[in-house]
Amino acid sequence: MKNEVKEHVISMLVNNRPGVLARVAGVFGRLGYNIESLCVAETISPKVSRITSVSKADPAFTEKVKKQLNRLVDVISVAELEDGTSAKREMMLIGITIDEKNRPELSRAIAMFGCTVISMQESYCILQVAGNKGDVETVLNFLKPLGVKDIARTGAVALESES
Amino acid sequence: MELNGAQILVRTLMEEGVDTIFGYPGGSVLDIYDQLFQSPIRHILARHEQGVTHAADGYARASGKTGVCIVTSGPGATNTITGITTAFMDSIPMVILTGQVPTQFIGTDAFQEADIIGITRPCTKHNFLVRRVDELARTIREAFYIASSGRPGPVLVDLPKDVMQARMEYQDVPAKRQARKEPVFLPDTADLEQTVAMLKEAKNPVILVGGGVLRGRASAELREFVRKVKMPVASTLMGLGSFPADDPLWLGMVGMHGMYYANMAVSNCDLLVTLGVRFSDRVTGKLSTFAPRAKIIQVDVDATSINKNVLVHLPIVSDCKSALVQLNTMLGNNGLEDLRESRKQWLDQIETWRVEGALTYTRGELIKPQMVIETLNRLTRGDAIIATEVGQNQMWTAQFYRFNEPNTFLTSGGLGTMGYGFPAAIGAQVAFPDRLVVDIAGDGSIQMNIQELATAVKHNLPVKIVILNNGYLGMVRQWQELFYEKRYSHTNISGQVPDFVKLAEAYGALGLRTADPDEVESVLKKGIEASGPVIMDFLVEPEEKVYPMVNPGAALTEMQLGRETGL
Repeated sequence: MKNEVKEHVISMLVNNRPGVLARVAGVFGRLGYNIESLCVAETISPKVSRITSVSKADPAFTEKVKKQLNRLVDVISVAELEDGTSAKREMMLIGITIDEKNRPELSRAIAMFGCTVISMQESYCILQVAGNKGDVETVLNFLKPLGVKDIARTGAVALESES
Repeated sequence: MELNGAQILVRTLMEEGVDTIFGYPGGSVLDIYDQLFQSPIRHILARHEQGVTHAADGYARASGKTGVCIVTSGPGATNTITGITTAFMDSIPMVILTGQVPTQFIGTDAFQEADIIGITRPCTKHNFLVRRVDELARTIREAFYIASSGRPGPVLVDLPKDVMQARMEYQDVPAKRQARKEPVFLPDTADLEQTVAMLKEAKNPVILVGGGVLRGRASAELREFVRKVKMPVASTLMGLGSFPADDPLWLGMVGMHGMYYANMAVSNCDLLVTLGVRFSDRVTGKLSTFAPRAKIIQVDVDATSINKNVLVHLPIVSDCKSALVQLNTMLGNNGLEDLRESRKQWLDQIETWRVEGALTYTRGELIKPQMVIETLNRLTRGDAIIATEVGQNQMWTAQFYRFNEPNTFLTSGGLGTMGYGFPAAIGAQVAFPDRLVVDIAGDGSIQMNIQELATAVKHNLPVKIVILNNGYLGMVRQWQELFYEKRYSHTNISGQVPDFVKLAEAYGALGLRTADPDEVESVLKKGIEASGPVIMDFLVEPEEKVYPMVNPGAALTEMQLGRETGL
C-alpha cells in the first residue's frame, strides 16, 4: 500500500500574478515530489490561471499536497482529477527529418494517426499529435524509427467532465 | 489630494490601527522614515534588524496585535530572516515592510539589492512586491488581513524606493476590507456532537492544549470547557499560559522535558482532545508509541496540521474559540458533573504519578538554576511577562515558572531561536510599559542580541535580564554529556563571556551578580525594584541538567528523571 505509486493529476486555479508558480512549485519541492509535467495558462478570466500538474507519487501525496497548496494565498482551488471523471489531453510536436526512404511511410503515418502537419520543409517537418498520453506515445513510438530528431510535449491538461 | 507612496503607506498603517513600529532606517526607506518623523506612530529603533523582528514578535505575542517592522533593502532585509522564520514557525501575526531598490534596478544586482521576495517565500505566510503606487494601500490592508486571520503568520511587503516617491491622487478608502476572503472554518455540528459523546464515554481522558488556543484567543473558553468536563489539562510548550498552572486539573508541559505525570497521562489516556496542537516531534517522542490507547480528537484551524504527524480519529478544522464556544453550549450548565465518580480512579492515578514524578532538584553550595526561576515565580506570584532564550534556560522556565494567564510566556518554540528572548521582552515591554517583563537567558544566548541593551536603555524600557550563567552552551553540553561521552566540543565558554555587570554599566543599565544561593532572592528583588533595565548575572552550577528528559526517539513513558540515583 505504502509504495503504491501512481500518477496524480492536480488541477488548480490560481491568481494570474508574478511569483505564483514559484510558490506552487515550492510546495511540491519541499515535500519531495517531482513534477512530471506542468501546464500553466490563463482561464476565461484573465485574472485567473489554471495549473495542471502530473506527479508520480505515493497515496500520501494527495492529502499533503492539496492541503499545502490550499494554504497558499494565491491558490483559489485545488482538485485531484481522476481518470473516469475527467477529460485529459496532451499535445506533442514531433520534428522528423525527411528523406527518400522514409517519405512514403511518413505520409502513411500522418494519414493513419491524423497528425497535423505544422511545418514542412524539404528535409524536415514538424507534426502535431494530440490525445491522451497513450495515443501520443503510440504515435511517437511508431515515428521513432523513421528519424525523430526532437520533440516538445505539453504534458497533460485536464478538466472535470461534469461542471 | 495628491500624496506620495510613503505618505499613503503611513496613512494606511494608521488606518490599520498601528501605533507602534519597530525598525531600522536605511537608504531605500528614507522616504518612509521622513514620513514617520512627522507621524504620531511610535518608532522603536533597535540596534540590529534581527532585534527589530523579535521585538515586533514579542509585542505581538504579548498584546495579541499584529507586530510591525520596517527595515531597509539588502542587508536590512536579509537580517530579518531569523526573526521572520521564528514568527512563522510559531504562527505569530507580523507585517514586515522592507525597502527595495527602485523598480528599474530590480534584478540588476544594484547596491543593497536582495531578492527578499524569493528569499522569504518559504518562511512567510505570504509576501508582496508593490510595483505601483496605486496598488500600495490595498496591498498593505491585505497584508494585515492575511497576517492576523486563520492561522496567523508573518507577511512581508517589499517597497521599492521609486514607489515610495511616486505621487498619485489619493482618496481614503472605507476601512472595509477589500482583501481576499479567507475561508472561515466553523466546526461541523455533527463532529461536535460526536465529541461530546466521546467525552461522556471516556474513562481516562486528557486535554492537550497548544499555541492555537493562545493565537485563537480561546483561553477563557478553554477554562469554561475544563470546568464543565473536569478533565486534566496538559500543554505543549507553546500552550503554556492558556490554562492556569495553579488549577488542580493542570498537568503542565508534555514532551521531551515535560512533566512525568503529564507524559504518563497522555500515554495512558483513552481519549485525547487536542486544541491548537500540531504534534511536533518534541511533543510526541517516538510517534508509534504516542498515546497508544487513545482516541484522538484534533481541533486545529489549519487543515495542514491535521493528520500531519499523528493520525487522529476525529479531525475538526476550526479555530479553537469557535469549537469551544459551541461545545460549551452543548455541554450545558452542568457539563459532565455526573461523570465525576467514574473519573475518580483516573484522577487518583494521575495524583500517584504526580507524587512519583514530582519536579525536583537538589540544593548545594552553588546556585541551582531551577532555584532562581522558582524564586522569581514566588516573588512575582506568577504575574510577570516572561521571555526566554533557547536551551536549558527555556526548559527550566517552562518547568518551574507557573504561568496562569495567556500571552505571558514568550518563547521561540518551533524554530528554537537563541537570541529571541531579550528583544522579544523589549517588544512586550513596549506593549505593556507598566508590567514586569523578564528575559530568562543563558550566558550563551544573551550574547546573540545583547546590542539591544542600547534599545532598552534609550527607550527607557525596564526589561530585567536574568542570566543563568553556567559557563557552557548548556543544552548542547547536556547532550554531549549524555550522548557523546562528555566530549564538550566547543560548548565550554567559561572565561570567554564578558563581565555582564560591566557590560550592563557600559550600556547605562544596572548590573548585579551573585554566586551565593542565599543572595538569589535579594538580587532578584533589587533587580525587579530597580527603575530601568537590569542584568542579573547568576553564577550557577555549571553542569546542572534539565530533567525529566525523554531521549530523542524514545517513547514518552521512557523518561529519565535524573534523580540522585543517577540517570
